[in-house]
Amino acid sequence: MKIIKDKQLIENDWTFIEDDESPIDGKVCVSLSRWLQNKAEITEKSAQIGVRLAPTDDVSQLGNDLSQINLIEVSFPAFTDGRGFSQTRLLRRQYDYSGEIRATGNFMADQAFYMSRVGINAFAMNSEDDLKTALTTLNDFSQAYQPSTN
Amino acid sequence: MYQYTEKDQTLINERVAQYREQTARYLDGQIGEDEFRALRLMNGLYIQTHAPMLRVAIPYGLLSSNQVRKLASICRDYDKGYCHFSTRQNVQFNWPALERVPDILAELAEVQMHAIQTSGNCMRNTTTDHLAGVCSDELIDPRPYCEIIRQWTTLHPEFAYLPRKFKIAVSSSLTDRAATQFHDIGVHIVKNDAGEIGFKILVGGGLGRTPVIGQVINPFLEQKHLLSYLEAILRVYNLHGRRDNKYKARIKILVRETGLDKIREMVEKEWLNIRDEMPLSKERVNYIKSHFTAPAYEISSADNSSLNQQLKENADFTRWYQHNTATHKIDGYRNVFVSLKAPDSPPGDITDVQLDALAELAETYSFGEIRSTHRQNLVLADVKLEAVFELWQKLAALKLATPNIGTVTDMICCPGLDFCSLANAGSIGVAKEINEKLDDLDYLYDIGEIKINMSGCMNGCAHQSVGHIGILGVDKKGVEWYQITLGGSSENEAAIGDRLGPAVRKDQIADSICDILDVYLQQRDSSEEVFLQTVKRVGIEPFKAKVYENH
Repeated sequence: MKIIKDKQLIENDWTFIEDDESPIDGKVCVSLSRWLQNKAEITEKSAQIGVRLAPTDDVSQLGNDLSQINLIEVSFPAFTDGRGFSQTRLLRRQYDYSGEIRATGNFMADQAFYMSRVGINAFAMNSEDDLKTALTTLNDFSQAYQPSTN
Repeated sequence: MYQYTEKDQTLINERVAQYREQTARYLDGQIGEDEFRALRLMNGLYIQTHAPMLRVAIPYGLLSSNQVRKLASICRDYDKGYCHFSTRQNVQFNWPALERVPDILAELAEVQMHAIQTSGNCMRNTTTDHLAGVCSDELIDPRPYCEIIRQWTTLHPEFAYLPRKFKIAVSSSLTDRAATQFHDIGVHIVKNDAGEIGFKILVGGGLGRTPVIGQVINPFLEQKHLLSYLEAILRVYNLHGRRDNKYKARIKILVRETGLDKIREMVEKEWLNIRDEMPLSKERVNYIKSHFTAPAYEISSADNSSLNQQLKENADFTRWYQHNTATHKIDGYRNVFVSLKAPDSPPGDITDVQLDALAELAETYSFGEIRSTHRQNLVLADVKLEAVFELWQKLAALKLATPNIGTVTDMICCPGLDFCSLANAGSIGVAKEINEKLDDLDYLYDIGEIKINMSGCMNGCAHQSVGHIGILGVDKKGVEWYQITLGGSSENEAAIGDRLGPAVRKDQIADSICDILDVYLQQRDSSEEVFLQTVKRVGIEPFKAKVYENH
C-alpha cells in the first residue's frame, strides 16, 4: 500500500523483517534490538537500513548510528500512546536526524498534524481512506504557539 | 485582561473547523467510538448519564462581561438555561447535543473562548489565585505567566497523548489560594536574594484516588527558563510515566516510584539540552504584562462614611459584607464574592438570567470583569466602597448574595450521580440535605471558617481529600454510602484528611456532619480556634466517638 511522505502519496519500497526472519537485500527495516545485536550482518546484506522504534525504546541507543540509518519507523501500538511524539522530537532536535521518520501502527489520521509538527514526515496507515484523511488533516492549522521541528 | 491577537483568533477558529470536521466524520461512521472519544475529550466533551457535558475553559478564571453574556446565550440556546462552574475555574454545560457542539464552539470563538484541552490526557487549563492582581499579599500579578503557560500548553503537538491528564497551577501570594501543592506542577512566583523574579517549581502533587503533596524540584528557576523547564518535565513524564494502569499514570506516581532526586536529574539533563533554544524573553513577558495593567482606579479620599452608616443600619448587609467581601489592595475598593451556593440550588450552578444580570453588574461596578473561584463561586474584584451596598441589593435580588462564603454551606460539590457517569453516589442531594439542616445563619457563623468538599466517587472532582471535612460517595452493592475524612487542607499547610471510620449510610450523612460540627463547638478552646485547628489539636477521636455512638 501507498504511504504519505512529505505530503505526497508514494509507493512504499521498504520491507520490515521480524526478528526471527533472515536479512534480505534492498531497503530493510528491523527492530532496535535486532539492529543493536546484528549491526554488521545487517549492514553487509542490506543496501539501506531502517530501524523501528517501539514506544519503550530509548532513542539514545541509536545516537551514534544515525548516519548509517535511512529510515526510522516510530511505532504506535495504540493511538493513545504518545511516546513516539517525544522520541521523534529527540531524534530531530537533540540528535539532528534528518532522514525519514515514519509513523506506523495504530494511530489516527487526526493525529497526523501533531506528528508532522514534532518531525514525523512519513505515514504508513491501515487504509486508503485513512491516507486520504491524513493528507487533509496535515493542514489543520496554519499557526502554532510552539516552535516547530518539521 | 488578555486580548487575542490575530494569531490566537486564527488558531481557535481553525480548531473549531477541525472539530466540526471530526464530528461530521464521526456521525458519518468514519471515526470509531474509541477514536472519537479521544478527539472529543480533547475538546472537553464527555458523554454523561443523560447527555453530553461540555466543559469550556476559563483561563486562570478570568471572564469579561461579553464572555459571560455569551455563556448566558449558550445556556438559553443550547442547554436548559443554566450552567455549572467547576473546581478548576472552568464552566460546564450539562445538556448540549453532540451534533451542535461545533456550533457552540464557533459561538465561543466569537468571544475568545474555547474548550481546548479541558479534558483528555493532555495539559489542562492553567489555574491561579482568584484574587490575582487585587489581593494585598502577592508578590506580582501571576496572570501574565498563566497566559504565557496557556499559550505554550495550547495545542502542544508533543504532549497531547500523555499517560494521563496534567494540571498546572500558579501562585504568587503568601496564602496559596490555588492549591498549587496538589497539582502535577505547582509554580510559585518568588524573588531571590538579588531581587529577581523567578519560580519555585513543585512537581508530583495531585488529588484523586491517591492524594499526594507536591515536592520542590527546583527552588529557584530564572524567569527566562520557565517554558524550557516545564517542557523538560513534560518530556520526561511523557516518555517515562506509567501507561500500564490508568490509576498509576499521573506524574505523582512516577515521582514516587522513581524518587524525586532521580526525576530531578532526568529533568535537568533534558533541560540542559533545550533551555537555550526556547528562552522566554523579557520583551515577551513585558508584552503579555501589558495586557494585565491595573484598571483605572479612582484613588478617592477613601471616604468610608456612607458604607459605615449602611453597615450600622442594616444587619443583613453587615452579615453579607463580613462573609462575602474581602480586602482589596487599593484603598477605597473591595473584592465582592458572588455566592453560587444558594440553599435551593446545586453548588456552582447559575442561570442564564443571572449570568446576563451579572455581566451588567460587572460593567457597572467592576470594570467589566468577573472571576471564577476554585470553590465554585464568582468574584467581582474591583468594587468601590461606596457602591458595595447598592451592589449587594442587586445581587440579593438575583439570589446571588447568600451570605455564606467560607462557611459550612459554601460546600464544593461535584455533579455526582445525578449527572456524571463515573459517580458511585449522589452529591447534590446530600448537599441540599446538609443545607436544610443548617439553615440557621447564626449557627453557621458560630461554626465559622470551614471547607466541606464532597465528591460522588474516588476520582475526587470536588477535592474531598483536602476538605476540612471531606465526603466521598462510594457504592456498596448498589447502595450509596459516604466516607468521611477530617483535617484535609489545600492551603499553605497542605494536608490530606484522615478517615473518620467506616462509611455511613445516605440517610445518616447529614446527621453525621451535624454531629461533627457539634463536637467542634464543644471541643474548641475559644471561638478564635477554627475547625481545622481544633481537629489538629484534639485529633479525630472525639469526632469518631460521637458519629458512631448511635450507629
